[in-house]
Amino acid sequence: MDNIIRIENLIFNYRREENGEIVNAVNDVSLEIERGSFTAIIGKNGSGKSTLAKNINALLLPSGGAVYVKGYNTMDETKLWDIRQTAGMVFQNPDNQLVSSTVEDDVAFGPENLGIESGEIRRRVDESLYSVNMFEERKKAPHLLSGGQKQRIAIAGVIAMRPECIILDEPTAMLDPHGRYEVMEIVEKLHKEGITIILITHFMEEAARADRVIIMEKGKIALDGTPSDVFKHADQIKAMNLDVPFAVEMADRLRKRGIKVPDKIINTEEMVDYILCRYK
Amino acid sequence: MPYESAALTDISFDIAKGEFVGIIGHTGSGKSTLIQHLNGLLKPKSGTILIDGTDITDKNITMRDIRRKIGLVFQYPEYQLFEETVHKDVSFGPLNLGLSQEETDQRVKEAIGLVGLDYSEISERSPFELSGGQKRRVAIAGVIAMKPDVLILDEPTAGLDPKAHADILSMVETVHQKEGNSIILVSHNMADIARLADKVLVMERGRLTISGTPSEVFAQADLLESFGLGLPPAAALMRELQAKGIPVSTDILTVEAAEEELYRLLAI
Repeated sequence: MDNIIRIENLIFNYRREENGEIVNAVNDVSLEIERGSFTAIIGKNGSGKSTLAKNINALLLPSGGAVYVKGYNTMDETKLWDIRQTAGMVFQNPDNQLVSSTVEDDVAFGPENLGIESGEIRRRVDESLYSVNMFEERKKAPHLLSGGQKQRIAIAGVIAMRPECIILDEPTAMLDPHGRYEVMEIVEKLHKEGITIILITHFMEEAARADRVIIMEKGKIALDGTPSDVFKHADQIKAMNLDVPFAVEMADRLRKRGIKVPDKIINTEEMVDYILCRYK
Repeated sequence: MPYESAALTDISFDIAKGEFVGIIGHTGSGKSTLIQHLNGLLKPKSGTILIDGTDITDKNITMRDIRRKIGLVFQYPEYQLFEETVHKDVSFGPLNLGLSQEETDQRVKEAIGLVGLDYSEISERSPFELSGGQKRRVAIAGVIAMKPDVLILDEPTAGLDPKAHADILSMVETVHQKEGNSIILVSHNMADIARLADKVLVMERGRLTISGTPSEVFAQADLLESFGLGLPPAAALMRELQAKGIPVSTDILTVEAAEEELYRLLAI
């Protein structure tokens, strides 16, 4: 198996500013991410999922253990640029990610810093803007855009770097349903194009679209598997104060009333198929 | 003006005392502009806004008078916390209304209790050392302490995990019941809107395009979809089933109602 990311016994501690208390945010996590896969990481706030993600592109460095991105140890400062270019990151709040006075300059910022020639930059910027449906807005000032539009620009900025892996830390948390739909379409498209996707999200329907779901709890991995393997543990997931996708919830409720709904159902489409099949 | 365009056009609606109103609309549809008019942050070019008989667009009206009537909780209100202690932060609004320290203290205690925090445990702590969900509650308490007749919340659950999301909404319900105030909830979560609102207002391109009960509004699925809005998941499932020829009611908005309907269908 070709793993683009390898995490070995990762420990991450930090000191709480207010009282100096040491917090163990990630506690001995080992994990491999296959090249080209789509992994969703869920967990409540404070479960360690964002800390884990930031360790993958060397925004944070391990307190113990090691993280390898395409074989580069994130502790190796000389490889920092290679690591960040391999694994690009998109954050929740786009306002903190936009730097230029026009949309297209903003998207060009990354490739410019890579020293790419201007014709190629132009091509990448246009392509990236098309792929997030923001080409029409390319001359606008980012501050005049809505939150959802800004987020799509932030994603375009990462795409323009041609990363092999994109880590998205709750990219849809601030978007409306349509914006969320568009971002998820883009995420799936990028995945189909072969980019490794790591998506941190609180939206269970988004997680259900991944190949693999990891649930973090108290700095450790609580569940890890395909969406149907993970979401069949509905009671355990709810006990962790998390939701399950709507179709899983519905199947679970019906099952508790004696209807034998198969436990592989994780989305509305599969639920509809099952009901159709039962009804006929 | 280079970027001038009408953000809101010809909007009329009324809200009954004690009503729970949901506002939906995609980003840029005018929701936030609308609610900023309701608390006097923005003034309309034309038209009037009457709150309890008082026209808040009147030049002679003071912001303080508006604040007594309307409390607005912005998106990510925790970014606006600034005081050294939770108590001082929540006191800021009431003191600015000109209330005495004694009355303010009383209200602060009450508001912190209403948002589900323990006053004695939290009041002297710095708001900055609290968890995300707690910070947001403190920020909301600061508005509730002004005892507005109308409490407006702009996406109060944005960015929260599922547990904190559920907690904030049940807190809003508690405040609504105990204070008997009107609530205006701006949200992208159709399931929440369907469950909580008495009336739903749908904004699109600066206009109020649909208003009615959740059943009336979510019955217009095609129109909502053309606005980039969806249905509550339960309603979406029913609609999908009906489209495939399964005889289910489409007037179903909640998980519970969908469960009953499917149980009826499948239990033989």
